[in-house]
Amino acid sequence: MTTLIKLYGAPVSTCTARVMTCLHEKAVDFALVPVDLFSCEHKQPPFLAKNPFGQIPVLEDGDLTLFESRAMTAYVAEKFKEAGTDLIRHHDLKEAALVKVWIEVESQQFHPAIAPIVYEYFVAPIQGKSPDQGVIDANLEKLSKVLDVYEAKLSSAKYLAGDFYSLADLHHLPYTYYFMKTPCASIISERAHVKAWWEDISSRPAFNKVSEGMNFGEK
Amino acid sequence: MATPVKVYGPPLSTAVCRVVACLLEKDVEFQLISLNMAKGDHKKPDFLKIQPFGQVPAFQDEKISLLESRAICRYVCENYPEKGNKGLFGTNPLAKASIDQWLEAEGQSFNPPSSALVFQLALAPRMNIKQDEGVIKQNEEKLAKVLDVYEKRLGESRFLAGDEFSLADLSHLPNAHYLVNATDRGEILTSRDNVGRWWGEISNRDSWKKVVDMQKQQHSP
Repeated sequence: MTTLIKLYGAPVSTCTARVMTCLHEKAVDFALVPVDLFSCEHKQPPFLAKNPFGQIPVLEDGDLTLFESRAMTAYVAEKFKEAGTDLIRHHDLKEAALVKVWIEVESQQFHPAIAPIVYEYFVAPIQGKSPDQGVIDANLEKLSKVLDVYEAKLSSAKYLAGDFYSLADLHHLPYTYYFMKTPCASIISERAHVKAWWEDISSRPAFNKVSEGMNFGEK
Repeated sequence: MATPVKVYGPPLSTAVCRVVACLLEKDVEFQLISLNMAKGDHKKPDFLKIQPFGQVPAFQDEKISLLESRAICRYVCENYPEKGNKGLFGTNPLAKASIDQWLEAEGQSFNPPSSALVFQLALAPRMNIKQDEGVIKQNEEKLAKVLDVYEKRLGESRFLAGDEFSLADLSHLPNAHYLVNATDRGEILTSRDNVGRWWGEISNRDSWKKVVDMQKQQHSP
């Protein structure tokens, strides 16, 4: 009998959403265990025993406890590779390698540019600060350069790693979802292929199940 | 006999030596094709075809061209499982996931502040770029918080993911090496008992010593 996967996190959290989307794509049952961010539950010893970095999410599968959302999605996509959507293309060595490449591109090129912008618009206000335009502008410039490469890539293939949806595309969903609600959304929509790619991946049912819960500071 | 894989980029690049260290651990024959970044080799059309972001490293074997050092390392470990250090990325899914989470922690939490410090303290002066004291202070604080977590972890475990050296530890070598050897802030690592012990062990591995030798050969007097 397999144990139920537990995911500790919050529905509004980008990184929790990343893992939940993956679990839905793989049709894997899981329980979302809410972590109370406002009372700093994630910084207290019981939680720190699961993730010493004091961040959500955390995934538990039997005796295995994992932190870092991209390590979780990689684990889930591999463990359940024969179920649901094929996110890692394990039957084709070349495709699988390209998925790995674009997973790292999201992690090392896209994420560092988009995350501070999402932070300024959504998190800073909760802490009583106004969005820092200097930070926003500097990161918009970086993100634009990354999106120029994406635009070229997506003009020759439907998705980032090839003509197939993969974990590499999925990883972009949560931060881009919030980004599209900011005044900066045009840098996505003014690039025809990036726009089409975004509309495609953000309309997948697995993501819609998750984005319903992503109401950050909205009524 | 297999043709050596190709790695494009200068050995002084942290990301390039992440890949080289991995290839050495895995005993995979490779050819390092250095690029002159000062001359803009990495921005030329031929290179952009294999690395559209114009960064190093790029990697080619008989089957494929790849970019992003951590993707290359994972590929090497998964596609040459019987070579060299077989446990570098774990020999079963649970071990692999445990290593992967620390490799992600390196990429998300250790790399950004350590890279910023290496740039500000070691590279900017050589490039005649003015150092930004605010950026230095901010990243020292960030890195200190990360290393506090490492200090606790490495008091419980010999290496980050467990008792064996893994890709997660390896991934830290390039930035940590520069911090300790090319800046005056090395004590951020060496003054912490457990982190210092761990740094001593991982930097003494034969594979890393070979990388350091390659860097010394390239560095013109």
